[in-house]
Amino acid sequence: MFGRLLFESFRRQQRRKLLAGVAIALGVSVATAIIAVATDIGDKINRELRGYGANLVITPQADTLDVEIGGVNLKPPSDGAFLSEADLPKIKGTFWRNNILGFAPLLPVRVKLKATGHEQDVELLGTYFNKQLKYGQDTFTSGVTKTNSWWRVNGAWPDDNSHDVLLGERLAERVAVSAGGTVDINGSNTRVAGVLSSGGAEDEQIVAPLAMAQEIIGHPGAVRRVYVSALTKPEDAFARRDPRTLAGPTFDRWYCSPYARSIAYQLGEAIPHSHVEQIRQVAQTEGTVLARIKGLMLLVTLAALLASGLAVSAAMATALFERRSEVGLMKALGAAHRSVAALFFAEAALLALLGGGVGFFSGGILAREIGRSIFGSQISVQPVLLPVILAIAALVTFGGSAIAVRRAVRVDPAIVLRGDA
Amino acid sequence: MTGSRVRTGLQPRSKMFVRMLLRGALVRRGRALSALLAVVVAAAAATAMLTVYQDVQAKLGIEFRRYGANIVVVAKQGQALPPSTLSRVQKALDGRGIAVPFAYVVASTSNGSPIVVAGTDMSSVQQLDSWWSVTAWPKLSGDALVGNRAAAVVSAQDHAFELKFQGRSTRLNPVGTLQTGAAEDSRIYVALPDFVAWTGVEPSVVEVAANGSAAEVNATIARIAQAAPEVEVRPVRQIVEAEGRVLGKTRSALLASAILIIITAALCLVATLTAWVLDRRRDFAVMKALGASERLVGGFFATEAVSLGAVGALLGFVIGVGVAEWIGRANFHADIMPRFAVLPVVFAGSIAVALLSAQLPLVLLRRVQPAAILRGE
Repeated sequence: MFGRLLFESFRRQQRRKLLAGVAIALGVSVATAIIAVATDIGDKINRELRGYGANLVITPQADTLDVEIGGVNLKPPSDGAFLSEADLPKIKGTFWRNNILGFAPLLPVRVKLKATGHEQDVELLGTYFNKQLKYGQDTFTSGVTKTNSWWRVNGAWPDDNSHDVLLGERLAERVAVSAGGTVDINGSNTRVAGVLSSGGAEDEQIVAPLAMAQEIIGHPGAVRRVYVSALTKPEDAFARRDPRTLAGPTFDRWYCSPYARSIAYQLGEAIPHSHVEQIRQVAQTEGTVLARIKGLMLLVTLAALLASGLAVSAAMATALFERRSEVGLMKALGAAHRSVAALFFAEAALLALLGGGVGFFSGGILAREIGRSIFGSQISVQPVLLPVILAIAALVTFGGSAIAVRRAVRVDPAIVLRGDA
Repeated sequence: MTGSRVRTGLQPRSKMFVRMLLRGALVRRGRALSALLAVVVAAAAATAMLTVYQDVQAKLGIEFRRYGANIVVVAKQGQALPPSTLSRVQKALDGRGIAVPFAYVVASTSNGSPIVVAGTDMSSVQQLDSWWSVTAWPKLSGDALVGNRAAAVVSAQDHAFELKFQGRSTRLNPVGTLQTGAAEDSRIYVALPDFVAWTGVEPSVVEVAANGSAAEVNATIARIAQAAPEVEVRPVRQIVEAEGRVLGKTRSALLASAILIIITAALCLVATLTAWVLDRRRDFAVMKALGASERLVGGFFATEAVSLGAVGALLGFVIGVGVAEWIGRANFHADIMPRFAVLPVVFAGSIAVALLSAQLPLVLLRRVQPAAILRGE
């Protein structure tokens, strides 16, 4: 009998049930989409924050002091220690290799640039542009195109295996050479592939493939420092603990968290005779910015869930108020309060399940669209979320129904049936 | 003729009208309250989201200034920075940011190795470069802040050390060490007056952290360039571009969420109010059976919807402002001020949606004979 009542209620009031179902589906899909966006935004913004450039730097352990003003190193190029270029692919062998989005080695040397007649002393930076590297079976590319996303090139990026160079835009303007032209570097004729605009010291410099800089100073395989861009987790009190004082599982937990410090520690292990440090301007600041944005989205999500919950509850309550004559009839025919309530809650549960299911899938599509249009990458909804979402939907629907059902069963059936309530 | 009848009957008629409105709300308190709740929730959600959205740029802008300078002021090629540059930059900034001068020389230590010494304004650099990890800031004349790589070279035991520049020597007292992970680690920082007195070299760079959006920063750059035409003013692209991108994406994500929430709340409001009006088809039928004109009945339900929308919008605005402020406090530790520009939008929106949802069922009901409704069909 109960099953028949339930079935008939859905069969005969299709339009009304559809409306309630749509309200629930709408609320659930918005909740799903917003939860998905909020849980994923940390990762998405973290990637955007990588636009600030490298957050870790690897230098030789026994290096002499840098003598650098305004991005120009005045230290004699042969002075101090070097890292070995052959060790660089090992960066991709560390535990957090998937968090390392890119790295760029750097070797600054002084060269004599001759163009349009006069000669001048300028700095030439040897680096990778988009170099193909191999670690074990994996091949990957890395270089300044990955780490320094704010660099703009008018012309083309040079090939890493060529002897083509980029000229900083101020320097190019001064020597009146544009992309495709040639300059004389240390007596050899060199093609300028493009003109670089970086907004920094590089605008006054030449940027060249690493091998070319190594040839110039006669140190094959030498690298002065390596900039690493890694996705990290904001630093907390645990991250700041000294790994040497940690032991056993605590050390493992520290080692296996993507803190800037633990990634730095692992890089130090991977590259012999190196010293790895976080670039505090980038590493420390991104933690606070990320925490703020994540916090903001979390609170907005909470507010959104509350609002859509209340809105759906109100819609459900109104829909049920309409059916008080039905309640009156059931009571007049001798139904107990409990069985009346059971019928309505069963209806609500069914609606929540159906509406919630539909809402969950449309919410997934919505989240994907938001991810694509804003971040240009996927936001996927975790299937684990489904039971949570359905439970919330059931709770909200019950909440809305409960108020209406309680009022409906309390009223004398005679009054309701007369239509006076 | 019709006009005169309306005029004479105005008093009792409008009294009746108001009475019907109030009784309608009072007798079915539960239903009226749930309809009002729907309006309040929608208005509150809209207010909170729009307020937060409008304020997020300013609030996150403060966080982004932790990245330090977004503008640098340097001398043009082959010239020195005029001594009045700092004061002119500060005047052009007009309190919307900080400007910090830096002067650099390469000095030599007692054993002859070269080291970069920088002179700056210690208190403002503390604000500009908040990521500097400093054990103690210099306070007295002769105090120096030593980068942690430089520390190994000049003062192994925290003793005072001597530096030479072009034959003039000075004695510095290392009070703290500095760690940044960048070029600063290899330098020694001293207060600018000490630096100038020792070397005679004036600042060569002014780093500026200008507040505000990309457009405001560009305006600041233009203002500085106008105030000091003989120097070069450049944005720090690395900082400006990344900030613009992160801020833009965050705002878009927030806007998408806001739109979704507002649509849901508005649709639920439509559902609630439509059901409310439909439920009262008996009232509608009775009014029509007693001879009320279409216009009067329509006007009655419209007035009801407008007053519901207005009261709900005002209550919702107050609650929404509260929610926005809570979000500001909990996340940014700063108040998000109520934006009264949001109020008219929310007010008009609530009334429009309420009116729409009240009119929809009336269109359906108008086709039906009152007798049929009263018979319960």
